[in-house]
Amino acid sequence: MPMKKVMKGNEAAAWAAKLAKPKVVAAFPITPSTLVPEKISEFVADGEMDAEFIKVESEHSAISACVGASAAGVRTFTATASQGLALMHEVLFIAAGMRLPIVMAIGNRALSAPINIWNDWQDTISERDTGWMQFYAENNQEALDLILIAFKVAEDERVLLPAMVGFDAFILTHTVEPVEIPDQEVVDEFLGEYVPKHAYLDPARPITQGALGFPAHYMEARYTVWEAMENARKVIKEVFDEFEKKFGRRYHMIEEYKTDDAEIILLTMGSLAGTLKEFVDKKREEGIKIGAAKMTVYRPFPIEEIRALAKKAKVLAILEKDISFGIGGAVFADTSRALINEKEKPIMLDFILGLGGRDVTFENLEEVVEISKKALEGEKVEEINWIGLRKEIL
Amino acid sequence: MAESPFKADIERVQKEYSEKMTPGAIVYIPGSSVVNKTGGWRVFMPKFNKDKCVRCFMCYTLCPEPAIYLDEESYPVFDYDYCKGCGICANECPTKAIEMVRESK
Ligand code: SF4
Ligand code: SF4
Repeated sequence: MPMKKVMKGNEAAAWAAKLAKPKVVAAFPITPSTLVPEKISEFVADGEMDAEFIKVESEHSAISACVGASAAGVRTFTATASQGLALMHEVLFIAAGMRLPIVMAIGNRALSAPINIWNDWQDTISERDTGWMQFYAENNQEALDLILIAFKVAEDERVLLPAMVGFDAFILTHTVEPVEIPDQEVVDEFLGEYVPKHAYLDPARPITQGALGFPAHYMEARYTVWEAMENARKVIKEVFDEFEKKFGRRYHMIEEYKTDDAEIILLTMGSLAGTLKEFVDKKREEGIKIGAAKMTVYRPFPIEEIRALAKKAKVLAILEKDISFGIGGAVFADTSRALINEKEKPIMLDFILGLGGRDVTFENLEEVVEISKKALEGEKVEEINWIGLRKEIL
Repeated sequence: MAESPFKADIERVQKEYSEKMTPGAIVYIPGSSVVNKTGGWRVFMPKFNKDKCVRCFMCYTLCPEPAIYLDEESYPVFDYDYCKGCGICANECPTKAIEMVRESK
C-alpha cells in the first residue's frame, strides 16, 4: 500500500531519489535545496539506499561527478538551485551532448545580484537551451512524481537526455504537505533497472566519450540532441499514460482548468498554478469567463498543446516568474513562437511577477485580469507588464 | 610525435563517424591519451639515482600521470613520453633518489 507522509518538497525529492535507486548521487549544499542531499545522506547512512553518495566542493564538481558516473553506466541523481545551477552551466551542455540521462531536482530560486534565496524561475529558465528537459511541479506530490517520470523519460532509448525537475523555493521546498509515497515494487516495475545502451565502461569495449567533434561531425551531433528532444514529446505523453495506470495520478504537458468557455486564460508554471485555480473559481463566481493553464513541461516546449489552448482563448495572459532582459518573459517569447504562424491567435500579454520570492496576491491577479479585460475590449495595453512592482521607490 | 599505433583504428572510426553519428558522439576507440604523448610539456625532468633508491614505491604510487613503471627488480622506470615533470616523485622520495633537473635540448 502506498503510504502518506507529511513532508517538505525537498524531502519529497529525496524520497523520489530513494525510490528510483540511483547508484550515484553527487551534491553540494545550496539553499533552498540543501535538504535534498542531506536527506539522501541519511537514507544512505541508514542503509535504506544503496548509492554512492559523493560530497564535492562545488556544484560544478557535483554535476561533473554525475556526468562521470552516468558515462560509466549507472543511474545518477543530484540536486541544486540558483547560483549552483549557474555554476553547473557548462557541464549541463556536456551532459546533454553526451546523452546522459541524469536527473536533477531544482529548488527554483532567483539569481544574484542582489543575493536572493527566494523563489522565481530565472535559474532553470536560463538553462533552457542546454538540452536538458524541464519539468515544473505545482506541489510536493508533483515534485516526487515528476522526478520518477523524468527518470523514465530520460532513460528511454528514443530520448537519452538529462532532465531537471523544478519546484519553487520555500513555497514548496520548505512547505510541508501530505505526499503519497508509492510502493517500491510499483516504482521498480515502472522504472526498471537502468541498463545503459550507449554510455558505459567495459574493458572489452574501449570507447572515448566527450571526444572532439570536428566541423564535419559537430552539427550532426547537435542535431541528434534536437531530434532526441523532439522524440521526448511523444515519450513524455506515453510515460504520463503509464504513470497514471500505475499510480493513478494524471499529468499533462499543459493542464487546463476551466478553459473550455474561457475568454481570458492565465498560463503559468509551478506552484502559482495552485493559486490561479482558486482565483479562477473566485472570478467565475463573479461571472467572469476566465480559465487557467499550467505548463508542466517547459522543455521540450509543448507547441501543439499551446496551439490547442490558444484556440480556446481570446486573451492569453502569461504569468511568469522570470525575465529575459532585452526581450521580456522567456515563456512569453516561446509561446509566441508556437503561435506565430497560426491564422487565428489570441491577444497575448505577458506578466512578469513574483521575482525573488515576492508574493503573488489576488490583488496582483486582479490587476492581470483588469489589463486583460481592457485588451479584450480593444483598448491598447502594454504587451509586457511588471505586476506588483513598487514603482514609487524607483 | 611518433605515428600512432592506433592509426588504422582511427581511420576506421573516422570513416564510421562520417557515415553514422553515434548517440552522444561516442568514439569506439580508446581515448587520445594513448595516442597523444604528453611528455612534451616538460621543463624539469626526474633524474633517478638507483644507488639511493630503497624501493619504497612512493614515487610509483603518487605519480599523477602514471608515468612510473616498476622494472623486474621493482626499481622505478620513468616513461618520458608521459612524465610532465611535476616533481611530485622527487618531492615524495624519502631518500632523495630522484632529482629534478632542467631539461634542455
Ligand atoms: S615528475 Fe611528475 S609526472 Fe614525472 S614521473 Fe615524477 S611524478 Fe610522474
Ligand atoms: S620514492 Fe625514491 S626510494 Fe621510493 S621507490 Fe621511488 S625512487 Fe625509490
